Amino acid sequence: MLRYVLRQMIVMGSSLLAASALIFSVVELVPGDPASFMLGTGAQPETLAALRQQIGLDQPLALRYAAWLGAILHGDFGTSFTYKTPIAGMIAERLQVSLPLALMALALAIALALPVGLYAAARRDRAGDGLAMGTTHLGIALPNFWFAMLLVLVFAVRLRWLPAGGFPGWSDPLAALTSLILPATALALPQAAILARVLRSALVETMGQDYIRTARAKGLTAGQALRRHALRNALIPVLTILGMQFSFLLAGAIIIENVFYLPGLGRMIFQAITQRDLIVVQSAVLVLVAAVIAVTFLVDLAYGAVDPRLRRA
Amino acid sequence: MRIGPALGAALAGLALSAAVLSAFWTPYDAGLMAIADKLQPPSGAHWFGTDHFGRDILSMAMAGARTSMAVALVAVAIGMGLGVPLGLLAAARRGTWTDEIVMRGNDLIFAFPSLVIAILITAVWGPSALNAMVAIGIFNVPVFARVTRGAALPVWVLDYIRAARVAGKGAGLISVQHILPNIAGLLIVQATIQFSLGILAEAGLSYVGLGAQPPTPSWGRMLAEAQTMVALAPHVAVIPGLCIVLTVLGLNLLGDGLRDALDPRLRVRR
Repeated sequence: MLRYVLRQMIVMGSSLLAASALIFSVVELVPGDPASFMLGTGAQPETLAALRQQIGLDQPLALRYAAWLGAILHGDFGTSFTYKTPIAGMIAERLQVSLPLALMALALAIALALPVGLYAAARRDRAGDGLAMGTTHLGIALPNFWFAMLLVLVFAVRLRWLPAGGFPGWSDPLAALTSLILPATALALPQAAILARVLRSALVETMGQDYIRTARAKGLTAGQALRRHALRNALIPVLTILGMQFSFLLAGAIIIENVFYLPGLGRMIFQAITQRDLIVVQSAVLVLVAAVIAVTFLVDLAYGAVDPRLRRA
Repeated sequence: MRIGPALGAALAGLALSAAVLSAFWTPYDAGLMAIADKLQPPSGAHWFGTDHFGRDILSMAMAGARTSMAVALVAVAIGMGLGVPLGLLAAARRGTWTDEIVMRGNDLIFAFPSLVIAILITAVWGPSALNAMVAIGIFNVPVFARVTRGAALPVWVLDYIRAARVAGKGAGLISVQHILPNIAGLLIVQATIQFSLGILAEAGLSYVGLGAQPPTPSWGRMLAEAQTMVALAPHVAVIPGLCIVLTVLGLNLLGDGLRDALDPRLRVRR
């Protein structure tokens, strides 16, 4: 198992390094140079020179990349050109909204998908299965931001049960969690639909295996065999999808935060784009991509835990 | 034909027809403002009603279909154009460094969700429908590369491929002449799925202002403009959303039907 973990860690490390180089290079491609891009055409020459020096444009590209990466490894993402504050602090503050939102959506997606997938697999090719899978088809086709607007219309505007947007901060945990319910639901539903379909097809495939027949022959009911044996073996494809979904949830959260005016990483990115604050965009994108790579690493480790054969592969 | 694929073909066909027709004709000019007629509910004169500028929503939805489909189509073309040759190369050089480099490169791009790619592109070159096409297209590349490699690997060990090698054909020629026709069905199914995902992604990008820019109509932009009107005139937000849902649903049902038809194993399993 240790060799397996070490191998996955090397893969993760090299992916992070390559991603950081890619992000750094893309920002270098701005018309002119990053300093003149951020300041615009009307900038004073001395201001331009000062910014060029601040972001190290007077040094060779490779040296700048090494310095940027070295600083990030020490937790220093640089200073926001617009707000003149350390970007690491800004990201940490915004993650307090984005991360709970993504995790809440993921938990909700699993909580919705698990019973639907199990139910559909147990009722395979019957009316209940057809209805459940038809509903998931609809869920997959739903743009989450449109669903968010409908949720606001019904639960905030008409029924007045939940807030339409904004975030009160974690000083009042109940109000904070309440303000995340609609955004998390909007994010979770399309993902739950995908997850339920994958779970159902993985379970159906597993239920045809010989060891399930043996379990049935030993006296287990179909439901017991499904829950005790098939579910664990159907987890591999489900884990793959869960890992991929985290990346979609993070990306989706960027849009959903804008629907609900949540002060998360997504809104910060859009504000930074409007303000041409390239350093903030670069750092925030790196954090998002690093999160996706880290989740992929965790999913690979989970594969090893769920299926011991993969550790030897 | 089963009900799902038939319904899917009908919905996708309707959206495609509306998109094509909008290039020649729409009930009204999609950009024509008539403030006196603003926020009209659906009626005989305006089947889908009007928006806050008095624009005809049916005309905008038809023109929006054209934008969405064009973006998604070009994105699929980018994904297939780069991803399929890369996947074929990786399969032909399976187990070598070439295979490893291609697949690790794919994993790397896969870590960038299409929205994140769009953010990077927009931050550098500004928002446009073209940049949306490139962003979604780049995200499609590793998808097609993986599917192509995965489908091509089992074909490479078949006897007739060995026979082709013995006959002196090179890996490139075998990939194009024998492997590609064998996996074409699977690629068509994947293209349908990526096309529907492209429509969703384009709507999302346009909604946050990273996709089609005014005056180009787009379903995502219609929804963004409708956001503040949703309580006052729900039809302004409901109709473009339904256009997206029904088109994506249609394409997904069609994709499922095609997959079942092209993969005999799935028919048996059902």
